[in-house]
Amino acid sequence: MQDFAAARSEMAEYWNIRPDLEEEVRRHLAAPPEGDVMLESLIPEKDFNTAGKGSAEVKNLLKRLGVDPEILRRVAVAAYEAEINVAAHSRGGIMSSYIHDDFIHIMFQDKGPGIADIEQAMIPGFSTADEMVRELGFGAGLGLPNIQKNTDALHIRSEAGGSTMLEFIIYFTNNGR
Amino acid sequence: MYLKDIVTILEGEVLIPDANLDVTVPCAFASDLISDILMCTKEPTLLLTGLTNNQVIRLADMIDIVAIIFVRGKRPLDEIVEMAQERNLPLICTKLTMYRSSGLLYNAGLRSCKI
Repeated sequence: MQDFAAARSEMAEYWNIRPDLEEEVRRHLAAPPEGDVMLESLIPEKDFNTAGKGSAEVKNLLKRLGVDPEILRRVAVAAYEAEINVAAHSRGGIMSSYIHDDFIHIMFQDKGPGIADIEQAMIPGFSTADEMVRELGFGAGLGLPNIQKNTDALHIRSEAGGSTMLEFIIYFTNNGR
Repeated sequence: MYLKDIVTILEGEVLIPDANLDVTVPCAFASDLISDILMCTKEPTLLLTGLTNNQVIRLADMIDIVAIIFVRGKRPLDEIVEMAQERNLPLICTKLTMYRSSGLLYNAGLRSCKI
């Protein structure tokens, strides 16, 4: 039994879905990701010249599609924070954006080393950023809380010592916030 | 309040020669932490900061920044100024501290941005 508990604790999962969207979001995320338009960008480790370009590209595309400016900013901030997280804390990863008629689904997959304690990482102000990252103005400990605040659904799956997958959904309408 | 009034109040130096200073500035935010600044998703805002790296310019791709005031006499490198120029983003330097700059602008009627 102990072994089973230990094995379970190594794979951590976190969900936060707007209550009225629970069923719809879970159904969508259970299926393999697809979209009318798909964008992909690489996020190299500790490369703060590149980090943020993928988010800007997605924002510009959504702007051309006529998405509301406040929703544009929410998408951009959530995507940018996640990009910075991958650049600052992982060995690099990839950002994949799936654009649908009424929402965007963005997924980040990195090469590890995983988040030791997701609940702790969600606490505003908690940060494990190193000196180099902090000198650039990052490491406020607000990355994940900012992502949660700006998204309609957030899902994180992380394996201790392994990779982390973070995905979120933001609707273009029905903005009840 | 117009951006040109802000330049006067802060005794600022405009880094981009052809910057349009006749734009209205509705509100402001001051911080040296990128995630703090990213809380401003509600409306266009003036940013006061001591950060001078390229990520502070990239913020303007994500949220709506009217102009950036670099406080405490900090100066960005030429390549950072070029990045701002490409985005039509006015950059202004002031020798005043962040606290003093914020106080002067607040007293002059510039409110804090909604977060």
